[in-house]
Amino acid sequence: MFFNIPYIAVVVLALIGLATVLFKRNLIKIFLGIVILESAVNLFLIALGYREGGIAPIYTNAPAGEEMVFSTVQALTLTSIVIGVATTAVMLTFAMVLWKKYGSIETNKIRRLKE
Amino acid sequence: MSQDVINVIIAQSPALLIAIPLVFAFFCPFIGKISNTVRNIWVAAGMALTSAIALILAWDVYAFGTRIYVFGAQAANLALPMDSGGIPVRIIFTVDPMSALMQIIAAITGLAIILYSISSEQRHSGLSSFYTLYLLMITGIMGMVSTGDLFNFFVFLEILSIASAGLIAYRVDKGLAVEAALKYFVLSTIGALAILFAIGIYYGEYNALNIAMIASRMQFTVLDQVALVLIMAALAMKCGSVPMHFWTPDAYSMAPSSITAMLVVASQASLYGIFRVLFTLYNVTLNTATVGWIIIVLGVLSMVVGVTMAIPQKNVKRLMAYHAISQTGYMLLGVGVGLAVLGNQPLMDSFGYVAMEGGIFHIINHAMYKGLLFLTAGAVFFRIGTYNLNKMGGLGHSMKWTMVFFIIGALAIAGIPPFNGFASKWMIYESVYVFNPILAVIAMVVSILTLASFVKVFHSIFMGPKLPEHADVKEAPLSMLIGMGILAVIVILFGIFPEAVVNTLIAPAAHALTNQGAYISAVLGGA
Repeated sequence: MFFNIPYIAVVVLALIGLATVLFKRNLIKIFLGIVILESAVNLFLIALGYREGGIAPIYTNAPAGEEMVFSTVQALTLTSIVIGVATTAVMLTFAMVLWKKYGSIETNKIRRLKE
Repeated sequence: MSQDVINVIIAQSPALLIAIPLVFAFFCPFIGKISNTVRNIWVAAGMALTSAIALILAWDVYAFGTRIYVFGAQAANLALPMDSGGIPVRIIFTVDPMSALMQIIAAITGLAIILYSISSEQRHSGLSSFYTLYLLMITGIMGMVSTGDLFNFFVFLEILSIASAGLIAYRVDKGLAVEAALKYFVLSTIGALAILFAIGIYYGEYNALNIAMIASRMQFTVLDQVALVLIMAALAMKCGSVPMHFWTPDAYSMAPSSITAMLVVASQASLYGIFRVLFTLYNVTLNTATVGWIIIVLGVLSMVVGVTMAIPQKNVKRLMAYHAISQTGYMLLGVGVGLAVLGNQPLMDSFGYVAMEGGIFHIINHAMYKGLLFLTAGAVFFRIGTYNLNKMGGLGHSMKWTMVFFIIGALAIAGIPPFNGFASKWMIYESVYVFNPILAVIAMVVSILTLASFVKVFHSIFMGPKLPEHADVKEAPLSMLIGMGILAVIVILFGIFPEAVVNTLIAPAAHALTNQGAYISAVLGGA
């Protein structure tokens, strides 16, 4: 039961993120929704990698016979965070340009593409 | 000595395929400080080198079978380190004939487009970043199609998305292009997160990220079904299939034409992702008939909706973008029929393989003729500055070569012999007809509508008297013509010798895709 809490948090975060993306009009809020969704996925990855009583996989520090954690998911999460920063930066840049050109970042006011 | 060099290049080619465009991309802004000409040479050299490596690797794969390349191991083919207990812990590139085919597509189109864009982009500023992003796009595509590791696939997918979004928005165009790029980017970020979530599910279940390893342990539990739905939805969105197609016309029409042609290849890399997941990761553990029919329905919807939306369009690139959606439907239809009968050997032999070969052949053909069509639209825009069909007319008098290339592309997309579109569509028609005649009839009707639509486009761009406002229009510059010419020659050659192409390139790819055991044993050995 207690062990499932991270996964429940993942689902809650993902739903909040999706709802924000779908129902908000302000671009910055939509981006925040995506960031929340990203955190949900990162939390999911980290929760998968948790081992009860495991120790960090550093050979020189490891006492003999202890379980070491295989650190793949941690590496994945780091990569995913870095990618997340890049995507957020690109999206914010787009919002800046749109603000300059249209004077608004509300999605219902930036629909000039469909004639 | 030279023999040694060649051997090293062949041995290291999967790594070089990623490293060369990356290195050329990173140095591009610095080289751009020297002069524009030097930078153009640098970029063209980088792309030519990448294409050469891709073709060498493809030749090697077609001649000697699947290649694996393990990053950071003592030997490039040492997938399983001695002390790992039979688990491939390192990042592995697995290049089988299907991957090699996609590399050939990216290499040829990429080279043609670089030659084209040297002229087509010369009037714009910020070209160093343009070419940097372009080479990053190539890196992303090459990485996506050659990786044998799911997380790696996600990383390259994101590289591709970020680079593409930057390029779609490249000509701000009063904000319209940024709007299109934003739409594309928000969708693909959410899609990529769905893929990452699915990768997490696989890792949690099978303790592996390697495609071959997961495939060998695949149970097809409920969790795997959830993961399949997430990946399929995300990748179907990225390849622009109906009902997730709405970003395609915006992004394709607002991007510079050279980039639009590359976006077609990028969509096909996502299509490759779908096929890799379905055939290599799941294969017969799926309920193949159900999933096959889902793919078929997606394909038919894309075909019909794409072509009907295309007919009323006024903007020539928007129109072509809807046709791109419709053509993606053919590939999904062909491969979907193959998937529906997967595991049933007699049916596979009688029409399943032909359907898959048709679908896969259509991928390469589509990249060539659709790339060509977008490039001709770009050439017209380069001279008259509008995409609006109502403002064009009579250009056939002054842009003869562009007109010839447009005719070649238009006849190919409509499936008229002797062009390549006919060859692959014919394979799809005859095999799908055996499977289910109604589907084949729909495919043919869509083809006729495509022809009708392109006749209209041809008429409004090139036919009629010379318009006074276009009186001083000249032919497109030489390097643009060369870029289009390369694609046009391939369209014709593939149309005249379809048998040879299918036997040497397509059939090995289709068989590699269906043969899951060979893929697994190439990485894990024995099995």
